[in-house]
Amino acid sequence: MSFAQSIVPKQHLLGKTLTDLKLIAGKLELPAFVAAQIAYWLYKTNIQSYEEMTNISKKVRSLLAENYDLGIVAPVKVQQSTDGTKKYLFPVSSHKFIETAFIPDERRNTLCVSSQVGCKMGCLFCATGRQGFQAQLSAGQILNQLRSLPERAQITNIVFMGMGEPFDNAEEVMKAQEILTSDYGFELSVRKVTVSTIGIVPAMEVFLRESKCNLAVSMHSPFDEERRRFMPIQHVYPIKEVIETINRAELGKYRRVSIEYIVFGELNDTQKHVKELARLLNKTRCRINLIRFHPVPNVPLPPTNEERLLEFQRALIEKGIVTTIRASRGLDIDAACGLLSTKALIQQENRDF
Amino acid sequence: MNSVESKPNVKFKSVIILSNAEISHNVFLLSFKRDFDFRAGQVLGLAMSSSDDARLYSIASGEKDDTIDILYNIKPGGKLTPNLAALQPDDTLWITVPFGSYAGSTEPAYWIAAGTGIAPFYSMFRSGMGGNKVLIHGSRTLDAFYFNDKLHSDFGSRYVRCCSQEDGEGVYHGRVTQYLENLDNLPEDQKYYLCGGAEMVVECREILLNKGIPFSHIVAEIYF
Repeated sequence: MSFAQSIVPKQHLLGKTLTDLKLIAGKLELPAFVAAQIAYWLYKTNIQSYEEMTNISKKVRSLLAENYDLGIVAPVKVQQSTDGTKKYLFPVSSHKFIETAFIPDERRNTLCVSSQVGCKMGCLFCATGRQGFQAQLSAGQILNQLRSLPERAQITNIVFMGMGEPFDNAEEVMKAQEILTSDYGFELSVRKVTVSTIGIVPAMEVFLRESKCNLAVSMHSPFDEERRRFMPIQHVYPIKEVIETINRAELGKYRRVSIEYIVFGELNDTQKHVKELARLLNKTRCRINLIRFHPVPNVPLPPTNEERLLEFQRALIEKGIVTTIRASRGLDIDAACGLLSTKALIQQENRDF
Repeated sequence: MNSVESKPNVKFKSVIILSNAEISHNVFLLSFKRDFDFRAGQVLGLAMSSSDDARLYSIASGEKDDTIDILYNIKPGGKLTPNLAALQPDDTLWITVPFGSYAGSTEPAYWIAAGTGIAPFYSMFRSGMGGNKVLIHGSRTLDAFYFNDKLHSDFGSRYVRCCSQEDGEGVYHGRVTQYLENLDNLPEDQKYYLCGGAEMVVECREILLNKGIPFSHIVAEIYF
């Protein structure tokens, strides 16, 4: 009996590591070198079908096709901002979609990928959290956002800052970052890939140990009580523990750690916050990246004004912390930080209330 | 709270299962002897072996109870819960120390839960914090009002059950969010504790905010 006769839907090859592909080759009784051939076609070319894998015999291609789908899925919709940012909509299963933002600028072209459909974390300020959680993405579905992007060849940087909490889907995210940065994969430099988390400590520890990619941590407040109001995760993984975990890690010479900080006017942009940030990050080799808050309907948090934002940045720099302000991109198409949501497209399923 | 891996650098210890009863369809209450202190509302990491990643669950028993109780539902395809459900008395389970700051208080408050999100509130109730609380519990079916008898006798009219898919005597027919929408004059000076999935928490939070409750008075715990 072939694997294809099973009632289980066919797995996708996209998202398989070289080790996975070697196992697949073994299972199908193929020579081990076929694994590297498949990896080449999956990750280094734009082929769309098995037929195009011209250095693999027709018989082997048929065997692969019988047992596995490629997992290459084109976006179904694109919106373009006046600033050149594009927001792509990818289907991941029936009634489930994810958004991916392509953010070009003069020096780099960044792709902001999603790691989950929706999000479980329920942060007060985030549009994605308001659609609840629908599904985990496989490594293939994460990578497909790059693989099937019309601008694929232009991408210089990948950030895991789209829909979902990457470390709530750690296994697939770890596979995806391996494939993005491996010689057999997309061959991106580890310095060009950033995984962003709200601080799920155990998975973050694994990432810091096993990956060399950059880390971004969403802090938004250095104070326990205030951060709890913004981000329920603080109840379980307080920011102090997140920072201590980073401090314990061997970061190496080049790895970058960023502290992401959405600035809410007259709320988390005070002198008190500057002092506490300086105290909390005293031993941490990191930079702070300030983000303008883009109001989400019914969210009771105010944006800051430019004057306060610059003053906050200046005060942090004075404390010796490298502090940047992230440019807001794609605002007119809701592609900016915290605005990705496919709620309007999903069916409400599996509610337990 | 359930799912995700354990706290870092936390050593497991083994405990012996006293009971593991299916109290509703696919929902279990697991118990083992309590030999440590915790605060009502805290979570524990659970694992089948000391080399596994732990998954986090709210403690559902009181701070002074003899046992630690864990309320969980079986997640099809889950790494832990199908195995957890197969545990028998005298079997071994691995746990972390309790942790987390989702703590109750003795001040008047609203407790709003969905499904197994009742667990931390039941722990707070068992720990003597229920006297001045309004408890609103939402579920899809009538058999999912866990601890219903004890809560009903203690809370009386301050215990509201909202059932979205079935009718029942004394039960509000509709989602917990609908019930909240229809409530008037919610006190703005009280805390509102939420526990459930992200969608429930986010929707309830939004309703409360629209009713004028300051976000500093909304304390949310999420399943993840």
